[in-house]
Amino acid sequence: MSEEVIPVVSMRGIEKRFPGVLANDRVDFEVRPGEIHALLGENGAGKTTLMNILYGIYQPDGGEILIRGESVVIHSPREAIELGIGMVHQHFRLVTSHSVAENIVLGLPGNLFFPEQAAREKIEEFSDRYNLTVDPEARIWQLSAGEQQRVEIIKALYRGAEILIMDEPTSMLTPGEVEDLFTVLRRMANEGNTIIFISHKLDEVMAVSDRVTVLRQGRVEATLETAQTEKRELARLMVGREVLFRIEKNEIKLGEEVLRIEGLHALNDKGLPAISGVSLRIARGEILGIAGVAGNGQRELVETIAGLRPATGGHIFVSGHEITSRSPREIIEKDVCFVPGERLTALVPEMSVTENLILKTYRDQRFIRGLFFNTREINSHADDLIERYAVTTPTRDTPLKLLSGGNIQRVMLARETSGKPALLIAAHPTSGLDVGAIEYIWQLLLKERERGTAVLLVSEDLEEALTLSDRIAVIFEGELMGIVPSVDTDLEEIGLMMAGAHRLPVPEAGE
Amino acid sequence: MQFILSALRAAIPAGTPLLFGTLGEVYTERSGVLNLGIEGMMIMGSVTAFGVAHTTGNVWLAILLAALAGGLLALLHAFASITLKVNQVVSGLAITMLGLGVSGMMGKRYIGQPLDAGFTAVDIPLLSDIPIFGPLLFQFDPLVYLAILLVPLLWFVLYRTRWGLSLRSVGESPATADALGVNVVAVRYGAVFFGGLLAGVGGAYLSVVYAPAWIEGMTAGAGWIVIALTIFAMWDPLRALLGAYLFGGVRVLQYRLQPLGISPNLLAMLPFIFTILVLVASAGEAMRRRIGAPAALMQPYTREER
Repeated sequence: MSEEVIPVVSMRGIEKRFPGVLANDRVDFEVRPGEIHALLGENGAGKTTLMNILYGIYQPDGGEILIRGESVVIHSPREAIELGIGMVHQHFRLVTSHSVAENIVLGLPGNLFFPEQAAREKIEEFSDRYNLTVDPEARIWQLSAGEQQRVEIIKALYRGAEILIMDEPTSMLTPGEVEDLFTVLRRMANEGNTIIFISHKLDEVMAVSDRVTVLRQGRVEATLETAQTEKRELARLMVGREVLFRIEKNEIKLGEEVLRIEGLHALNDKGLPAISGVSLRIARGEILGIAGVAGNGQRELVETIAGLRPATGGHIFVSGHEITSRSPREIIEKDVCFVPGERLTALVPEMSVTENLILKTYRDQRFIRGLFFNTREINSHADDLIERYAVTTPTRDTPLKLLSGGNIQRVMLARETSGKPALLIAAHPTSGLDVGAIEYIWQLLLKERERGTAVLLVSEDLEEALTLSDRIAVIFEGELMGIVPSVDTDLEEIGLMMAGAHRLPVPEAGE
Repeated sequence: MQFILSALRAAIPAGTPLLFGTLGEVYTERSGVLNLGIEGMMIMGSVTAFGVAHTTGNVWLAILLAALAGGLLALLHAFASITLKVNQVVSGLAITMLGLGVSGMMGKRYIGQPLDAGFTAVDIPLLSDIPIFGPLLFQFDPLVYLAILLVPLLWFVLYRTRWGLSLRSVGESPATADALGVNVVAVRYGAVFFGGLLAGVGGAYLSVVYAPAWIEGMTAGAGWIVIALTIFAMWDPLRALLGAYLFGGVRVLQYRLQPLGISPNLLAMLPFIFTILVLVASAGEAMRRRIGAPAALMQPYTREER
């Protein structure tokens, strides 16, 4: 490819301001025809904002956009589509109760009646050409995430897209589906389509892209040929400093037992057994990781310990006190802290950062003055936590929902761990977060461990569970298949246990 | 036999205003807007139609203006719930009360007045010649047939045309429809207006054909039954037909059972007791068949904000 090729997309000096944030700061971004161009950056770096500008959802406050060398102003997605730009959003824009074909033709001008036959033929043509297998008659809710994504891609192609923006396309997919997607994307690029691939996952960017542009805090850090760079360099550009991929874990002498669970049973939301006879114990300064495929009782286990779900059998003790099926408030008073997997179940998105920070401790004497809140004390408490946990927020009174995922999780951890818990239950603490935020949260959990907190960590990411935990308990269909130390583990053995094909003799609770 | 046939004969005209109203409400709710102002729109249709028919003697003009009266009131609801994004329940209730009040004021001079104009029954050729059944089932006024014709037509438009697809999509996922270039606001205004037109016609049928007279508050809860019927019909025009005639039958029964010594007060409650039963039953069936209300029902749409 000669250097004189006219870029198919050229964004020059793009600026976009949101209240309190400069989301894009004089961004220059160029994409060559027929390439897969990764747009890499942490959450909140401005990747999606930039692409929403290209797709006509937002209007830039400054700068210029050229498509195939011609200056354009894109007022709406419809105009972007006319320019041959398609976008597949991270959260699919599909009408779930409608069929695949209905979703694909929705909003297209043309005959009043569906040209059903013609539409089906065209869908099948795209299916064959790019290996995008999907049944046009199926209802969206019957499809897997991977199939729904294929519908989104066909939808864009059907509208004549030659430039396809994929916003975090792998976040909803299984590893196998990710491979299929990459095959499709390469085939599309080979046929002359251009793909912009938004991601914060370094491995994916290395695997699929031809070139990569790194954004950090709304600014372009660099545009590189993927073949001439490496993961470590990209990570540094993305985070702005060296990133540790291996966490140092200090030896810690285990203290006395904090959590003891004996033969615990609990039901799921449908009233079926979800936890059957789980027994485990965690000592001060120990991280116990629960590993397992999603939906094997992890959620029910942590909710039962936190008092959000009644136990139907067995006992839970914290620091020697029985807390089985007690109210969440009684359990909180035993210094148990809970970081649930779905962050927004324990935070109120419409309320401010400050209010969220005192949701658990607002009864504290120091926050109360008679019948009223002691606003000054509350504000200084919030400022202190925002600083200590490095929460990036315009002000302490900003509604929580305006923060990025990583910062929301920081608020959560600030609230939960600042009270010096005896037991910290952390479910999927890093899900959906970027490298920088993950590293921070790992450090924080290790700091808790060093302080002598007992940590129960639930993670679907085996790598994470192995890195942080002292011991790993593998759960399958609500039963513990065994507990193994996390050093010198046999990955194959853990894999077999996760699939329920192998069970270690579990020592009785009274060992 | 004769009793059943004549009850059936009576159920169809009694159910026709409900059918008009329900078809309109099905379209309105399919777009994601709940219209609790149906009662007010129907009664505005009633008083407008009676006034026009009484003054001009032209029943078709009366029906047309009644439709516009209902539609105009519906636009008020559309403005409040789509543009101003106020609570749709509050806006609907306010419009019902407004309609009841204004119609009472407008209709003062028509109370007790006879109506000379009216529709003549249309004989369906051949079918109306069938002995016994023919005269009973195939000799109705033209509005009954118009309502019946609307059923398959509206079903077809809803499920087999791009308009219908846009309408259903706006009610299920306005953000998706918007991203694909469907004008969510225009579709919703259109659907609410259309619902108001049909509610107006339904009300007109009561005062010009069914009664025919103007009585204050003559819709007597028909608008509320329409709301329940829309759920019973699971937002489907074909089931709306079934439901409307069923409720028409219940209303007729109210009068037919009275000579048998059953208290009229008890019977007056019948449609509403039946409404509750139907709601309970259809809720169960909707659960089983996984057919629920349009997903975006009662949710005002704002383009994504940061």
